[in-house]
Amino acid sequence: MIWDFEFTGRILPDLLGGLWVTVQLTVIGYLIALSLGLAVAVVRRVRVVGPIVHGVMEFIRTTPLLVQAVFVFALVPPEISAFTVGVVVLGVHYAAYTAEVYRSGIEGVAKGQWEAARALSLPVSRTWGAIVLPQAIRKVIPALGNYLIAMFKDTPLLFAITVVELLATAQRIGAAEFRYTETITLAGLLFLLVSIPSAILIRRLERRYAAV
Amino acid sequence: MPPSETPSAETPQGGAGQPQIVFDQVVKRFGDLTVLDHLDFSVEPGERVTLIGPSGSGKTTILRLLMTLEKVTEGRIDVAGEPFSHMRRGNHLVPASESYLRRRRRSIGMVFQQFNLFPNMTVRKNVIEAPVHVLGLSKGEANERAEELLDLVGLGDKIDAHPTQLSGGQQQRVAIARALAMRPDILLLDEVTSALDPELVAGVLDVLRQVAETTDITMLCVTHEMAFARDVSHRVLMFDKGQIAEEGPPEQIFEDPREDRTKSFLRSVLDNGF
Ligand SMILES: Nc1ncnc2c1ncn2[C@@H]1O[C@H](COP(=O)(O)OP(=O)(O)OP(=O)(O)O)[C@@H](O)[C@H]1O
Ligand SMILES: [Mg+2]
Repeated sequence: MIWDFEFTGRILPDLLGGLWVTVQLTVIGYLIALSLGLAVAVVRRVRVVGPIVHGVMEFIRTTPLLVQAVFVFALVPPEISAFTVGVVVLGVHYAAYTAEVYRSGIEGVAKGQWEAARALSLPVSRTWGAIVLPQAIRKVIPALGNYLIAMFKDTPLLFAITVVELLATAQRIGAAEFRYTETITLAGLLFLLVSIPSAILIRRLERRYAAV
Repeated sequence: MPPSETPSAETPQGGAGQPQIVFDQVVKRFGDLTVLDHLDFSVEPGERVTLIGPSGSGKTTILRLLMTLEKVTEGRIDVAGEPFSHMRRGNHLVPASESYLRRRRRSIGMVFQQFNLFPNMTVRKNVIEAPVHVLGLSKGEANERAEELLDLVGLGDKIDAHPTQLSGGQQQRVAIARALAMRPDILLLDEVTSALDPELVAGVLDVLRQVAETTDITMLCVTHEMAFARDVSHRVLMFDKGQIAEEGPPEQIFEDPREDRTKSFLRSVLDNGF
């Protein structure tokens, strides 16, 4: 089989459309994972509520993303789009991972920092907001960055709930045109086009923050 | 004092001559380990007291109780004539709530052995953080206070540095400035020079001497620096096994200790070259 450039040019816009969906899923899902994970990591230290939240997150972390997506999609009313379900499930699923990352960062903050804050009578909000979290987050930025790439690579799973991202687009074209060589190769290249620069960026962040 | 007061809530009479700190039969246990054993002592306003004693005798625990980093197991602590470890509820005393402690501990500052500066903030930010967010000072007022205090500790030129760029001695002087910025009535110092290289000790002690000379802050100081203790303190308390083994003016304790436990402790400190 030889490479058909004319065909390639024809399907490229559709594939780029798919890539755009993938990027949106990843970025919005990541923002959910970053903020929800942080909230979970902090709430986990609260009495009674903490262990409950922890239990829920453990459950989410130990069941497959695919199962969660299909399950939630079946439950929600049909007005809610597959994209919305996909992005939320992806974000919440990864929040269970980022929460653990934040937790390790918080536990890594020296006990003396809490005690100094207490000795200065700082309110709880300042102790967390100005002292503990800035130090904790700085330390875990590289680990958080790795989850961005992991999420990007997990987006094709949302095919199962009809979210048409990059891989699903390629599948569709391939099936309709009976040409998989160009479509799947191109889809793979487009994945690389995003993931390689992201990985480089994350390595840079890692080096920058690891030094401190 | 409210007329409804019961004897159990009685505190020393207000006005002049009232002790700043009172430990009343204070017991502190960690599990099975009794660290403070029905301890009684008081400290007058403006008094500077040095706590000495062997490792594990409970010196740090005393300071941590005052800083509300630990809670008493039994007994009670009063500060400035008011219950401190406890609070009044109706006619009796109950263990102090977190919000009560937050309000009361504002008059107390502490400097730690390991400095505990906030590494994510500049020196300036370290010093103004609490004045701005606890006392409600404006940024301008707080900055003025920070500049003054950093000049006092000889670090006026380091105000925009990060703690990691400073030597241990410099960090400890910033920590002193940070504690003083809250204008505490009581300053707690826990072996503040123990983590320092020998050549940096003198600079920190000089700053503390100056604080002692120029302010009337009540100071509780745990230290192995006997010369410093002698110069600065009004009284030395020798602790052993959670109780006071001996107390007296520094000249007497250091030159003419009466208790064998004090004698052997002082000998061990000298032998170890503190
Ligand atoms: N949080 C804690 N949990 C359990 N035991 C503790 C705790 N804090 C202190 N202790 C124990 O209490 C005892 C008294 O400790 P403390 O730190 O008050 O002694 P110290 O007189 O300051 O000794 P050092 O001269 O070594 O600093 C020690 O045996 C210590 O191990
Ligand atoms: Mg100690």
